Amino acid sequence: MTQVSTEQRPRVVKAAPGLADRIFHGGSRLTGLFVFAVMGAIGLFLALRAVEALRAVGFRFLTTAQWQPDVHRFGIAAVLTGTVLIAAVAVVVSVPLATGTALFISEVAPVWLRQWLVSLVDLMAAVPSVVYGLWGLVFLEGNVIGVARWLSTWFGWIPIFRVDGADPADPLASASVYTASTFVAGLTVSMMVAPIQCSVMREAFSQAPPGEREGAYALGATRWGMISSVVLPFGRGGMIGGTMLGLGRALGETIAVYMVISQVFDIQPHILQVGTNSVSSLIALRYGDASGFGLSALMAAGLALFVITLLVNFTASTIAARSRSGAQSEV
Amino acid sequence: MTMEETALDRAGIGEGTVAGLHVGEVVARAAQSRGDGEGTVLPRDLGPVPPRRNLRAFRRDELFNVLGAASTGVCVAILLFAWLAPFSGFLGFLVVAYIAFLATYALLTALSADGPTVRDRIWTTVLGSAAAVLFLGLAQVLWFTLWRGVPAMRHLNFFTQDLADAGPLDPLTQGGVLHAMVGTLEMIAIALLITIPLGLACAVYLTQVGGRGSVLVRTVVEAMTALPSIVAGLFIYATLILLLGFRLSGFAAAVALSVMMLPIIIRSADVVLRLVPGGLREASEALGAPRWRTVWYVVLPTVRSGLVTSVILGTARGIGETSPVLLTAGYTTYLNADPVSGPQVSLPLLTFMLVRSGQPSYIQRGFGAAALLMAIVVALFVLARVFAGRAPGRVTARRARRLARRSACDQARMRRRRYELPGMAGGELPGRDPGSFHLGESP
Repeated sequence: MTQVSTEQRPRVVKAAPGLADRIFHGGSRLTGLFVFAVMGAIGLFLALRAVEALRAVGFRFLTTAQWQPDVHRFGIAAVLTGTVLIAAVAVVVSVPLATGTALFISEVAPVWLRQWLVSLVDLMAAVPSVVYGLWGLVFLEGNVIGVARWLSTWFGWIPIFRVDGADPADPLASASVYTASTFVAGLTVSMMVAPIQCSVMREAFSQAPPGEREGAYALGATRWGMISSVVLPFGRGGMIGGTMLGLGRALGETIAVYMVISQVFDIQPHILQVGTNSVSSLIALRYGDASGFGLSALMAAGLALFVITLLVNFTASTIAARSRSGAQSEV
Repeated sequence: MTMEETALDRAGIGEGTVAGLHVGEVVARAAQSRGDGEGTVLPRDLGPVPPRRNLRAFRRDELFNVLGAASTGVCVAILLFAWLAPFSGFLGFLVVAYIAFLATYALLTALSADGPTVRDRIWTTVLGSAAAVLFLGLAQVLWFTLWRGVPAMRHLNFFTQDLADAGPLDPLTQGGVLHAMVGTLEMIAIALLITIPLGLACAVYLTQVGGRGSVLVRTVVEAMTALPSIVAGLFIYATLILLLGFRLSGFAAAVALSVMMLPIIIRSADVVLRLVPGGLREASEALGAPRWRTVWYVVLPTVRSGLVTSVILGTARGIGETSPVLLTAGYTTYLNADPVSGPQVSLPLLTFMLVRSGQPSYIQRGFGAAALLMAIVVALFVLARVFAGRAPGRVTARRARRLARRSACDQARMRRRRYELPGMAGGELPGRDPGSFHLGESP
């Protein structure tokens, strides 16, 4: 009896790796460790330098709008508000466009066109941000005034659309109160993040199981019926993941925003009004003339931004991992 | 209405869309005619098969619906803007025309079809328009940059001179962006020298070696993809330049770019490496290959095109980054080919600086530099597409021939071995399947 049970137990297989294999394992492990150390060092260094500044001002770091580190009066209230508002405008504009485009590419477009559109979207995601910044600065600033004026005239009663110092009744009023605003920066960034969001969403949509698609069609569903009952529920994780990825990118964007906005160090909740700020623009503006302490204050701002984008990204990957999106249906 | 019915209704299954239904009916009738109801009966007496219906065809009345609705939309907008209401503005005109178009289209479709079909048409139109808006917007971004960049790029000196002697008042026939091109090239080359070996080795570690540590490394790498580029620049500025005493240089910028590119390359290479079919690796190990040989001769060649793509995409991303370079490279107007001493400038940084100066001729040069940068990115991207067009394991015809030759060599070698080592001869193995033959044995 015991004989049989030992027979049935799987044999313990233990390979003794040769010298070459041990070198290979050790080497690649060392590389991994090195990358880990470098990446960890960046986070650690940022945190350590930031602590110096944070200790000096404490909780006021979150509530001060000024940025005068040399007299210990600085905080990210203004820049963080600006960053979040710019990213919010960008996401509000880009998500419907990206979702619609992703669905169009994966469901509606004819097959011969599909691969072209996919390549085009991926190409757009690789266009440098300075190009978008250039477009926002030279083209969008001038052409968006009409929309901004219309929004502030008719929706000015909503606080965020209010523009101080603008008189819609006066046709000769200067239009400069509508330029260099959160809105313009948000639109510029939205063009930048929409391709990224679109390509993540399309990937998720195109993986919707064909069996379920055909099932919906076989039950007589129209194409939109199939999309809303199969593709969208399946791709929900991808939609959220793509949105968050774009949001993380929008929060961290530097050059496009820096080129478009005019920086103010006040909390600016009116998105159509001239003047706003963002954490990364603050760093780009102030790194050069920063003292040792000023640099650590900038590090603290950078760390705050990093923590936020990190939270956004991890939320995205958790949601994407929990949903069915991307799960290969077994054949 | 029961729950199922509402669910079906929501899924767009209505009266007008019974295309699939009559087949089911026929099957049911056929089963009935057999009568006895013992399991499924294949319908064999259906008579001639009716011609297959084309479900995808765009019917002519559909086309007329679209055209009619479009003209109605435009007319309504003209009426409103020119006669009835105090509206103005081109964008408003487009929006009003579009809304009128959608409403009319819904109405026209509803004349001949049911609710689900109307919803389908409207949503399809909306999806198409979202795609059109996005692509037109992006095309406008690119077109605008190219169009404004061409005047500067038309002169040959744009590519062969630097900006040292060209002031803001000098014409475009003097001065160029050679220094930025050289700077970009050197920075990206150094960055690639750092990131390619590190990135690929780390990706191999994550996927092929693994172990407890790999989870940690993967988490940290994923976290670092969230690092804002300006913070990466700030880190290098604070450590390499302020702490270690390097000067602002192309090398510092390249290190900052590497910090940005490394997580991107590792992550995409990791994804690509996970696509290697497990069977291939197992086959290699079953033949007795050590792990490093499996990685070197099986895993990496299988995903070669994917790895090239991930590196190229990382390069495209790194070449366009401005903010890390802004903090670490400094800025010059003269050509400096030495990356380790003296400030350098890259194309995106030059674009940024020129445009920020506000001088009209500098802005034109800035557009030229941006257009050149975009052309480089597009070229890299096309290159990536050429490589990525192949799935893992798919190879070009030339490479397939080379592989076949090498495989034939192996076979010949094994056959020779069989005669050299009599103990290894096939046919003496016990329990051999009579239908199979072994390596080195002629079938």
